[in-house]
Amino acid sequence: MKSLEDLENFKKEVLEKIKVRESGEKIKVVIGMGTCGIAAGAREVMTAVLDELGKRNLNEVLVSQTGCIGMCGQEPLVDVIIPGKEKVTYGKVDAPKAKQIVAQHIANGIPINDWLVNKLE
Amino acid sequence: MEELAMHLLDLLENSLEAGASEVSVFIHEDIANNSLSLEVSDNGKGMSPEMLEQVCNPFVTSRTTRRFGLGLSLLKATAEACGGTLQVYSIQGKGTTVAASMQYQHWDRPPLGDLASTLIVFLSASDTIALNYKHIVNERVFTFSSREIAELLDNIPLNHPQVLNWLRNYLTEGVKNISLRGEQNEIPGRS
Repeated sequence: MKSLEDLENFKKEVLEKIKVRESGEKIKVVIGMGTCGIAAGAREVMTAVLDELGKRNLNEVLVSQTGCIGMCGQEPLVDVIIPGKEKVTYGKVDAPKAKQIVAQHIANGIPINDWLVNKLE
Repeated sequence: MEELAMHLLDLLENSLEAGASEVSVFIHEDIANNSLSLEVSDNGKGMSPEMLEQVCNPFVTSRTTRRFGLGLSLLKATAEACGGTLQVYSIQGKGTTVAASMQYQHWDRPPLGDLASTLIVFLSASDTIALNYKHIVNERVFTFSSREIAELLDNIPLNHPQVLNWLRNYLTEGVKNISLRGEQNEIPGRS
């Protein structure tokens, strides 16, 4: 990196990153909270996620919920959306699994492939 | 559903879906009269009289992606199995009230369950929604207003994970304090 053009590009890159941070591009966890999800135990999954995020002080993670998406047999479903990466969906999650997803995937960025509904390549 | 608190969460999700900005929950455990009632009122978009007539039919829903809507029909079945009723009142554009009643001492009545978790899952859905909660057990009353807490917090959103964890403990304590001694709200065998 030595030309002024390079510097200009570098500047753009940094600004872009700042913008991403400010526009609230946060890690998102979305839990299926339709009738099927609730009956399958989605509420416990959500409280487990909140609990683990709290313990690890991961306050920038956005926890939200959605209705039934038609995969009722796989509930409780948990989506993890990390900015810049493909959305992944975990199926048949329970409270201990939820805690591990927070520890391994959200805190350390390593998806737990065995529990995914949409397998990563 | 194993717990009435899960039915409650289901009703609250309906209120969210209806775009409500304020939701009131009223639970009345009137043991002397062998009655338990659960009521959720919201200021969401309400529904038409035609929809209202069919709302407890499991094959009717406002969703367009699928043709089933099981929530209210499940609660209706639970209430009726416990010698009670489910009533739904709604005015289009104004809001909806769902009221379930059952016999307090009925074999088939599910336990109230983990109300605090239900409420925080609902509160996590938005930092602008207002929740009023009133719970009466005989003559003891516990009330909670999410607006009061939001005022205390100033700029921290109510759905911040740490705030929600605090709320869960606060609400658990509040409900426990008015509950009858020895009354089990938990499902046996589950922690």
